[in-house]
Amino acid sequence: MAYSDKVIDHYSNPRNVGTLDKSKKNVGTGLVGAPECGDVMRLQIEVDETTNTITDAKFKTFGCGSAIASSSLATEWLKGKTVDEALAIDNMEIVEELALPPVKIHCSVLAEDAIKSAINDYRVKNGMPALEESKSHH
Amino acid sequence: MLKLPIYLDNNATTPLDPRVLEAMMPYLTEVFGNAASRNHPFGWAAEEAVDYAREQIASLINCDPKEIIFTSGATESDNLGIKGVFEMYAQKGNHIITATTEHKAVLDTCKHIEKLGGRVTYLPVNEEGLISLADLEAAMTPQTVLVTIMYGNNETGTIQPIREIAAIAHKHGALFMTDGTQAVGKIPVDVIADGIDLMAFTAHKMYGPKGVGALYVRRKNPRVKVTAQMDGGGHERGMRSGTLNVPGIVGLGKACELARLEMAADTARLSALRDKLERELLTLEESYVNGSREHRLPHVTNISFKYVEGEGLMMGVKDLAVSSGSACTSASLEPSYVLKALGLSDDLAHSSLRFGLSRFTTEEQIDYAINHVKEAVTKLREMSPLWEMFKEGIDLSKIEWAEH
Repeated sequence: MAYSDKVIDHYSNPRNVGTLDKSKKNVGTGLVGAPECGDVMRLQIEVDETTNTITDAKFKTFGCGSAIASSSLATEWLKGKTVDEALAIDNMEIVEELALPPVKIHCSVLAEDAIKSAINDYRVKNGMPALEESKSHH
Repeated sequence: MLKLPIYLDNNATTPLDPRVLEAMMPYLTEVFGNAASRNHPFGWAAEEAVDYAREQIASLINCDPKEIIFTSGATESDNLGIKGVFEMYAQKGNHIITATTEHKAVLDTCKHIEKLGGRVTYLPVNEEGLISLADLEAAMTPQTVLVTIMYGNNETGTIQPIREIAAIAHKHGALFMTDGTQAVGKIPVDVIADGIDLMAFTAHKMYGPKGVGALYVRRKNPRVKVTAQMDGGGHERGMRSGTLNVPGIVGLGKACELARLEMAADTARLSALRDKLERELLTLEESYVNGSREHRLPHVTNISFKYVEGEGLMMGVKDLAVSSGSACTSASLEPSYVLKALGLSDDLAHSSLRFGLSRFTTEEQIDYAINHVKEAVTKLREMSPLWEMFKEGIDLSKIEWAEH
């Protein structure tokens, strides 16, 4: 399968690979996917509680080039966004940016799920109600 | 200078040996006759070339030249052998025994036999990829007409106990067939000593051209016959009609001759290179060889790298032409059925690479491959949340994954 230049770039030079301290109250962690399915993404955000802005984002992904690129791109987009702006990120924006072929759309869906899951973790940790499932992808 | 990418997918196909091409050239140009033309020199020259090739092939596998039936390749040979025996021996019975790790050319042919009303037993294999002789013995019935078990596996290189299998088949009055595609030309295969009644093989896995193969069909003790699957001019003693592919057959003959003369030296050199590759890659933590290391073709290794995803790994080893245990070319990510049959979990099957070395593989290429794979695996693990969890001592099987 031919990968787009952007996927190859993110795969070769992934942005923001790493781990944030999940014991911190202002860090939200999302872990989505399953090893048997061939994709597991962990995406973390660190939030400035006074401005509700994401100051740092890190990921680790077990998956194909498109899954790695989707999560790498997601961390790039998350930094500097408010939590509400981050919630509005749609998987199709990732598909467009990375020119993912139809068989790889699930990678972008997983990245969106990871973002929502990290935000949810942050909300619950800080006494806010959990988000309702806004979309059902599965 | 090292040319990239490096070809290490020689179980898929091998490059044509220049000496084979040289032998074929006259038959692609001035010696163009039809080997079946009996009444002029053009036909005689072609027939002579085909007969010489039969002798070259026969010397490699220790059979009579007349026992070679030329086909378009191993897939056709597997089809002709299995369907041909099933039809020819229908009076005797309708049961065939094979194994779950066979090539699709055998498995799908057996599926077809089942549709025709035949009964097929698919023997399981152990974690080394070997069938159990006790299982085979137990599966034999008076209706069993054929046992067909491959010689060396295409994905793992595992070599089955051919002689013992043949003996069990014969004891119960069944014929023994083997798919010798990966073994012929690589290791000594002797149809007499091994007790083989039918054997499929092909030129392009042993430095010959694509599109030509053969089915060995025993002529005495016992005399084996197969019903033709291709009707026409009655070529190849009536078992396979169709104008002979003279240049291809000449190429197969030459490839067999070279294999016979150079096998010992090739094996010594390739197994040393394969062992070096394997030894170095196994220095990576959580890497495992798939299949038997004791009973194995000399030029193959299949290794899984845990906590690395297969498709990502293939992208990371872009300087190598290798195969992965994932069929990730298609829309669905299907792990290899051969590795699954060995008992590997989906994730280990996905994260496997198959390396197949050839006569033309150099030590420089292997050294490059070692570093390239190590770098890719290390980089992907640094990026892998599963690797991090493994390193923290978390039992991944206890996690409730959000299946999607």
